[in-house]
Amino acid sequence: MNDPAIVLRARDISRAFPGVQALSGAGLTLRAGEVHALMGQNGAGKSTLIKVLTGVYAPDAGSIELLGRPVAPESPIHAQQLGISAVHQESHLLPNLSVAENICAGRYPRRAWTRGGGIDWRETERRAAELLASLGIRLDVTQLAGGLPAALQQLATVARAVATDARVLILDEPTSSLDADEVQALFALIRRLRDKGVAILFVTHFLDQVYEICDRMTVLRNGRFIGEYACASLDSHGLVAAMVGREVAATPAVEHVAQEREQAARPPVLAARNLSRRGQLKPLDIELKPGEVLGLAGLLGSGRTELARLLFALDARDTGDISVDGQPAKLDNPADALRLGLGFCPEDRKHSGIVADLSVRENIALALQARMGLRKFLGLAEQRQIAEKLVAALGVKTASIETPIGQLSGGNQQKAIIARWLATHPRVLILDEPTRGIDVAAKQELMNEILELARGGTAVLFISAEIDEVVRVADRIMVLRDRAKAGELPGGANEDAVYSLIAASQKA
Amino acid sequence: MKRFLGHALFWPAMALALLLVASALFNPSFVTLTWRDGHLYGSVIDILNRAAPLIVVSLGMTLVIAVRGLDISVGAVVAISAAVVALMIGGGFSATGEVHSDNPLWLALAAALGVAAACGLWNGLLVVKAGMQPIVATLILMVAGRGIAQLLTGGQIITVYYPPFFTLGNGFLLGLPVALWIAGLLWAALHLVLSRTALGLFVRSIGGNPEAARVAGVRSSAITLCVYTFCGLAAGVAGLIVSSNVKSADANNAGQLLELDAILAVTLGGTALTGGRFTLAGTVIGALIIQTLTSMIYSLGVPPEVNLVVKAALVFAVMLLQSAEFRGLVARMVRADKSLDGTRR
Repeated sequence: MNDPAIVLRARDISRAFPGVQALSGAGLTLRAGEVHALMGQNGAGKSTLIKVLTGVYAPDAGSIELLGRPVAPESPIHAQQLGISAVHQESHLLPNLSVAENICAGRYPRRAWTRGGGIDWRETERRAAELLASLGIRLDVTQLAGGLPAALQQLATVARAVATDARVLILDEPTSSLDADEVQALFALIRRLRDKGVAILFVTHFLDQVYEICDRMTVLRNGRFIGEYACASLDSHGLVAAMVGREVAATPAVEHVAQEREQAARPPVLAARNLSRRGQLKPLDIELKPGEVLGLAGLLGSGRTELARLLFALDARDTGDISVDGQPAKLDNPADALRLGLGFCPEDRKHSGIVADLSVRENIALALQARMGLRKFLGLAEQRQIAEKLVAALGVKTASIETPIGQLSGGNQQKAIIARWLATHPRVLILDEPTRGIDVAAKQELMNEILELARGGTAVLFISAEIDEVVRVADRIMVLRDRAKAGELPGGANEDAVYSLIAASQKA
Repeated sequence: MKRFLGHALFWPAMALALLLVASALFNPSFVTLTWRDGHLYGSVIDILNRAAPLIVVSLGMTLVIAVRGLDISVGAVVAISAAVVALMIGGGFSATGEVHSDNPLWLALAAALGVAAACGLWNGLLVVKAGMQPIVATLILMVAGRGIAQLLTGGQIITVYYPPFFTLGNGFLLGLPVALWIAGLLWAALHLVLSRTALGLFVRSIGGNPEAARVAGVRSSAITLCVYTFCGLAAGVAGLIVSSNVKSADANNAGQLLELDAILAVTLGGTALTGGRFTLAGTVIGALIIQTLTSMIYSLGVPPEVNLVVKAALVFAVMLLQSAEFRGLVARMVRADKSLDGTRR
């Protein structure tokens, strides 16, 4: 069916970093006109392999062949000249330039010197428009890229990547910040490129997307090549087993009914009445009870994150009375929230979670130290003890607790940030998309951790775009729609009920 | 060995050592230290003494830069502090020919330091509460501050005749200059505060990722305000040393361009201008590098008109020596040369 011609073959690639053997003999074969998934847990070596292919890292050993000829990409630009382009998780368009300028950046057409030289802007726009039209993307190329929604930016980024006649296109978690419709638009573009004969490597943590768009997949584990499979021949259960190297136990069902009664009787630890902020959240009430996981579901832009930020006083509320243990509480900034026993794992790890230059130990100690204040200083020994304990408890993979946290893989950074809050023994913990960008096994561990925490008496607010996750861990589910409360469901409600609440307005 | 080479302070210390060796080669008397009247004398002591105000200002600047800030008003604050202390002492000759002071010396010193700290607080408020870019916020005081100092002194150089005040810039304690003691004590105090309290962790987290620090509950605004206030205070201390040293307050020239030397000292010491990582010891070494350079140029007898060019060239050389990229480039060129030699043979 597909042209079996092999475009790229990487063999026996090895690469070590101080303290970690990231790849040892990994391999990958990409064929023209196929979408190929690269699968593996966090730290399996996916990112490193991509960086070797795009010339960011030189491999310690191994070979790369492109169209039968050996190549050694020396830099991302060199890789692009060879025909290997990559699009990364965060869109890399320059927000203050137009779409056309972004697409042609570095390759601007010049006017003849007889006409004054300089960049030919009209030609720039024409080329960009032509490229987008050929890919079926409808977009005004004179618009500023920064003003586009994330999804259109992502499409333009892909267009830019293939503008240089790419033979191989690498998509590294391109869908992680897109919602369902936007993912479909991206997939349409991927299919069009596939049909043009481009070999596409697709990296994602969303298994359903793999089965929707990919033809084949390669699984890595601990930097080793585990196998190449046709998607049709390996189901998701087998895939997860291959990634993890063992069978994953299904989520333990929560004994909802027994707990619910007991919880309903308990007074809320944190309650907000009439909480609102103009343009972000319409007035709503929310209560968090000790030992309860409250799931917060809703589409992107429904007000999930906004609600969390208001509760933690990261943004100032316009209206709303907040009480802790039934007493009115002063909650005007994050330091207040911390003092009251709240914790908050933000959605955007890199921007508002980690301090990349600081060690894992310092990152973990930060919130606890902030609550204890300047003078009561946790000594080095105490910090180490706390960090060692939590690193072990959460299974954070790091060379040592003194490693700068920026060097850890995304999932391990996330665990370390959760460890930061666990160190403060929070009474209320708000988790905004804690499972985003984390592999299946780590997700499972994380959810077990959350349930464990709730059993210990902490009130947990769990926010996730993935409804099945919310349904699985929550004792009670609150659904947001259009920045307002759409309704509440008891724990154990089925996914369809949640979906219908989320979608109610669209039906009407 | 590798650990030694990799240490953050290795290259700054190396640069300083090279400068000292070069000074000694040009001028053998550079290394001699003599003990006279219970004081230690010599070129090295001289450099340390003269570097003291710069060290003090640079220590404050280090913390400001560590929280992603910048304070270009320190030179003006030095002038203000000098003007205030000179005015407060004022004084004149009594009938018996005794020199007296208008206010007690401690009050004059405290007033100058208070005004300097207020200047720092002002800068901090502009940055934290008004949300101004640090360079713009402190530019205001850089320009206005010198004007304030000139207003205070009426545009004149105010001479101080009260001898007890001269101790700060000219006196000796246990054989070493008092100014050096002040700089050393400030450094030690700062080191103690940073290592015995959580301030160091907070400063590095604010500088590394201000948003993450806020989310983690660090009181970023309060800490940043304190850091700017401290920087103003440090500039005030430097102003006292400078005016005591020259026994006068010169609103036009006191602390002129000191802000640039301070930023340079911080950079030479290995603190990143992007914030986060900082080193106080590095800053002290950086300040000593600058003062050694200046002294060296004087002792070489470089004509005044090319003085700045020579200084610039030397600073450039020191910067190159400290740049990891440049050292890597040299190493690659040397290797390439060797491999060429190999093929020829």
